[in-house]
Parts: sequence; structure tokens; C-alpha cells
Amino acid sequence: MSLSTKDLLGIKSMTADEIKLILDTALTFKDVSERDIKKVPALRGKTVINLFYEASTRTRTSFELAGKRLSADVINISTSTSSVVKGETLLDTARNIEAMKCDMIIVRHSCSGAPEYLSKRLKSSVINAGDGFHEHPTQALLDMFTIREKLGKLEGLTVAIVGDIMHSRVARSNIYGLIAMGAKVRVCGPPTMIPPGLECMGAQVYYDMDKAVEGADVVMMLRLQLERQAAGLFPGVREYARLFGLNQQRLSGAAKHALVMHPGPMNRGVEISSEVADNTPVILEQVTNGVAVRMAVMFLLSGGTKAEA
Amino acid sequence: MHHESCIMNLDMLIKNGHIIDPANKVDEKLDILVSEGKISRLGKPGSIPANGAHVIDAAGKLVVPGLIDMHVHLREPGFEYKETISTGTAAAKAGGFTSVCCMPNTNPINDNRSVTEFILSQARFAAARVYPIGAITKGSKGEELAEMAELHSAGCRAISDDGKPVANAAIMRRALEYSKIFDMLVISHCEDSALAAKGVMNEGIVSTELGLRGIPRAAEDVMTSRDISLAELSGGRLHIAHVSTAGAVRMIRDAKSRGVKVTAETCPHYFSLTEEAVRGYNTMAKMNPPLRTSDDVVALKEGLKDGTIDVIVTDHAPHAADEKAGEFDYAPFGIVGIETSLGLTLKLVDEGVLSIAEAIRKLTAQPAAILKIDKGTLSAGSDADITIIDLSEEWVVDSSCFKSKSKNTPFNGWKLKGRAVQTIVGGKS
Repeated sequence: MSLSTKDLLGIKSMTADEIKLILDTALTFKDVSERDIKKVPALRGKTVINLFYEASTRTRTSFELAGKRLSADVINISTSTSSVVKGETLLDTARNIEAMKCDMIIVRHSCSGAPEYLSKRLKSSVINAGDGFHEHPTQALLDMFTIREKLGKLEGLTVAIVGDIMHSRVARSNIYGLIAMGAKVRVCGPPTMIPPGLECMGAQVYYDMDKAVEGADVVMMLRLQLERQAAGLFPGVREYARLFGLNQQRLSGAAKHALVMHPGPMNRGVEISSEVADNTPVILEQVTNGVAVRMAVMFLLSGGTKAEA
Repeated sequence: MHHESCIMNLDMLIKNGHIIDPANKVDEKLDILVSEGKISRLGKPGSIPANGAHVIDAAGKLVVPGLIDMHVHLREPGFEYKETISTGTAAAKAGGFTSVCCMPNTNPINDNRSVTEFILSQARFAAARVYPIGAITKGSKGEELAEMAELHSAGCRAISDDGKPVANAAIMRRALEYSKIFDMLVISHCEDSALAAKGVMNEGIVSTELGLRGIPRAAEDVMTSRDISLAELSGGRLHIAHVSTAGAVRMIRDAKSRGVKVTAETCPHYFSLTEEAVRGYNTMAKMNPPLRTSDDVVALKEGLKDGTIDVIVTDHAPHAADEKAGEFDYAPFGIVGIETSLGLTLKLVDEGVLSIAEAIRKLTAQPAAILKIDKGTLSAGSDADITIIDLSEEWVVDSSCFKSKSKNTPFNGWKLKGRAVQTIVGGKS
């Protein structure tokens, strides 16, 4: 089995089988990163471009390593060094890159829909590395990979996603993916950061974090953008931490085996206490798994099958 | 040229057409004689001898007053790459419109006599009549009133800061009060800027799924409510532009029942599409106010039916292809509409929302009455602005054939029924 699509734009359109295929394939790639020689020839001769219109360290490095460990040639382009500052359009930039014959373009953009827009107009595979508040599919895949690895399954689990849901592409991708895989999703945050329609996506909405966390198998914390305070979305960091911060006491309401996750970068003392952050190994394992999951996505999109991995 | 001018100077006899002239409550088969650019007389079919007049056989067709679109953007001066007065009025004529009102958000803004005069001078050669709308405030900045007497004497019959709300309620109050000197219509773009913030589409389930910033319906409702209160306070004539929400329809209906001097318009896209059209990050479905929900569409149709909404306009907003390409967030708001307006309005007739006479009234007599211009009827002695419509013609919207310089429409490929087959302006076709 391989992926039927040219691109990975979001989790919303993916079936449970496709998600499972990626997670299973990632498992076989995970040990590549554990070896002395961290390289397989799967994408030898392929050219991969990281086209990042938004600052990123973790995700860009993760994609870069994933490509290199698959033996692809990986080039990084970020806005500060590109023709974007000269006023070139997104499509012109992408077409110029494609004219140099690349096979895959990994796009991060502050505008929702930018990767989809490019995917319709380029021959290359497009991978969404995060677009606006829309989706961040590889983050959700690595989160699901990590949960499955730690808890053995996704089906039947209860996952609480806490924080600024409205401005979170990580939340949206995880809601779609976890529900497709049979998990129950609770979302929790101040009503000012809960967008309309989440119930229609199958999530349950909570304003009381203790209730959201109660009995949860996974507590997934989201980063609070501190500039949201100026927009009136919360009165201050102190009150936010009191209502929606994860500390040891609050975590004790979750299931005994509960995983604490965070897509990073963390605001210690705001959405997560240092005590909790330092007592969970999972947050760094998410980062480790990110490379394996991105290797699997790149491999499958370039026509590889799970059997070849 | 010589040949053409000969034809134009001929009298014209439009025979056998079905006349609908809502202002005069005419709905029957009549012949119309046009002479020297005016409607000379109407009579039973066959009762008016041709006497050498150019004969147009309108058998099987509707003959109505020239359509009026009281809300368009002609982009000249300043944005001639999007549209000019010449191309915009050619588009109007192709769509059956003989008169258009152009909004003042040009560059420079039409907030003074010289811009109004420039527009009118360009319009002398235009395919349709142009009624400039002046700005409410200088530079449409919402701070100080524009010189309304100057704008009025230069030819503006209405003022608006369209595209922007007048954020300061006191300034809006003063505009409505001051407008009473000239009986000038004040057209309000109802939007609370703080609530709309950086929104790019309607706030709801679709904006959540697409991860786009939403504009809540309350952003329109709050301002509609404010301006109705100010109209009541001031006694000025308020016209609410591009109504898109059920809440605004409800408030306008209530205000009218209390006798407040308020009128309202909506656009074909607001009763033909919903926010679902944005899916796929379709920039052709990006406009302000944004496309709303099916509940709003139902309410707009009720408002059109019961007369709460007086007028159908297009908010014809041409933008270049490059501007509408690319990221959804960066694309400008607005779509062209003047070449699809009649076809989309006639769908309301097919659906039973409006009778044909009511539909035509909202495109002719009503805007003329609100603007207080001597248009929108087929009375003997009035200017011969006449639109001949073939109700049975089925056609497919092909934006590449638009006369407008811009092709930004969400209706490309739509099958419509009914179309203007001839548009006569001042006796010239």
C-alpha cells in the first residue's frame, strides 16, 4: 500500500487506513535514526526544498534531517533570504524553484491554504509544514505516533487538548486525526480561544480544565501566544496559568498512565509548569519521533510502499 | 462612425414587447416610440405607426426601464488597471444597466468637487449614465465631514465612505444631520471594525475548518443598529449598503415599521451563495461583508419579498487577476457583478421569491426613488433608457467574455436563464 495523493495538505481528508500506513511506516524508519550511520538510500537523487515563510527551528530541522536521512538533497529557503522581500508572489517563487527540478516542496506559511494553493499548481509533491491556523499534519502524525508507541493504541483513548484552540493548527490536525483513529477528543480553553463549530468536528468543549483532564489518557498542551493578551483574549498570564496551566496537582486528575505532550516551544510557568515539563520524557520523544514520521511521509509521497521501507 | 450616428439619430419603435414599468404599474403588451432620446409615447401593439423609425421587434421579450445599479466601483481615477469608467459602463450596458452609481473610494477619493467633475467628464463618453457618490468624510478617514454642498452641486446625489465604516458615531450623526440641507442620501457600510478585525470570511464552522480569521455577523448588526438609531435621532435619510445578515434584515424591518427613514440594498451574491463557497480558499468568494450562512440567505430572501430590502445592487468590485491569485489572506475583498446581476436576480423569480415586476422594481423604480433621480420609469417624456430582456434565454457565465476589465466572479460556469438582449441609453442602443 502507498499513499494515493501527490501531497500531504492536512489530516482532514485522510482515512484511518492512510494514517495507520504512515504511522506503521514511521516505525520502520525510527530505528534508522538510532543507528551509527543514520542514512538509507530511499530518496537518493531526489531534491527536497524546505520553503519556510514563517520562522521555525524545530520543524524545519526535523524535515531537513528526515530528507537527509533518506539521502535526498535538501535545500532550505526562508523568507529573510529569499525573493519574497523583493515582492515576488508565492506562486512565482515556487515555480522558479520547480524550474530547477525539485521533487518535493515542504511549505510553512502564515496564511491558511497557501500549501493547498501551491499543490494545485505545481507538479512537485507539496507537504504542509503548518499553514496559518489551518493544519499542521506532520505534527498530528508524530503526536499520534508517540501516543500509539507509549499507550499501544489510539482507539478508545481520551485526549484533552488544552489552550488556544482558535489559533492552533496543531489542535485542528490532531482533532481530525485522533477522531479518525477512534479516540475521544476534549478541547479546553477560555471561550475567547474556542472557535465555533468544534462540536461539529466531533470534539467536546470544556472551559473547566479539571473536568477536561479528568481521567484523560493524554493531556496535550498548546503554546500560548502572549500577544493574544493585547487582543483581549485573556486578561493576563497569571490568571491564564491558574485556569489553563498544567501543574502536578491538576495532572493528578488524569489517568495514572497519562501522557503529557506539547508541540513546543513551551512557555514554562504559563501553560505548563516546569515541574510537569521536566518530569515528562514524552515532549522530547515527540521531537525524536517527528523525524521518523516525516521520513515516512516523504518516502510514501515519493511513491514508496510500506513493504519497501 | 457616420453610419452609426445616422442610426442613433433615428426614432425608434419597440414593438410587441411585454412592458413592465413598476413605477407606473404597467404590466402589459405595448409599443414604445422613442424620439430624440426621449420616450415619446406608448400605445397598444400596432397602434403607433413607424413613420420611418427604426423598428425593434420585441415580441416574446420583456421591455423594462433601464436597470439602475446604485452601488458599483468604477475604479477611475486611480485604479484604471482594474476598471475604467469606459469599461465599467460597457459592462453595465452588457448586463442591462443604463445607470450606475460609483463609489468614492478611488484615488484620489471622491471627496471634493474636482474629482466628481473629473468622473462626470470621463462619463460623457461612457456607455451608461454615471452618478458619482461622494465621500461622507474627507479622505473617507471618518474624521471631518467632506464639503457636502460642493459635492452636491457638482452632481453627487448620495454620500458614502463605502469600503470603510464611519467608526465615530458622532461624525455619522453629524453627516446624517447635515445631509438634510440637500436631502442627500447617506449610504452606510455597516461594519464594526474592531469586531471585524482582520477577518477574511464569515465567522463560523467553515472559518474554523479552514483556519481563516472570521468576521462575525454581529460586526454588521452592531453598526446597522447604531446607524438606525442615528437616522432616528437625526432625521437624515439612511441607506444601508450590501445587507448580508439576518440580524440586519430584522433591524431594518423593525425600523421601517417605526417610520425611520431607512432603506436597504443587498447583492446577488448574498442571496445566491453561502460561506461554503470559500472552501478550497476560493478568493472569488472573498468579499466584504463576507458570504454568510444559509439562514442569512433565507432571511435576505424574506426581506426582499416583504420589501424590507428595497434595492438589488452588485457592489461590482473589479480586481486584477494577479491580485485575486495567491494567498486567501492577501487577496482583496470584492467581486465583479454587473454582468451577472440580472440573471441571478431572475433566479429569485423562478424560485417564487419575487414576481417579475417586484424584481424589476428593485432594479429600477426603487433605486431611482431612493436616489431621487428622474430615472427608472418608461413614462412618456422621460429619457429613453430601456432594457429589453429575453427571459427564456439560457446562458452560461463565461468571465472571459465580460466587458469588465476584471474577471473576478464566483459565478463563472453558472447556468443562468434570462438576459438583457438590448440596452438602450438615451435612445441609443
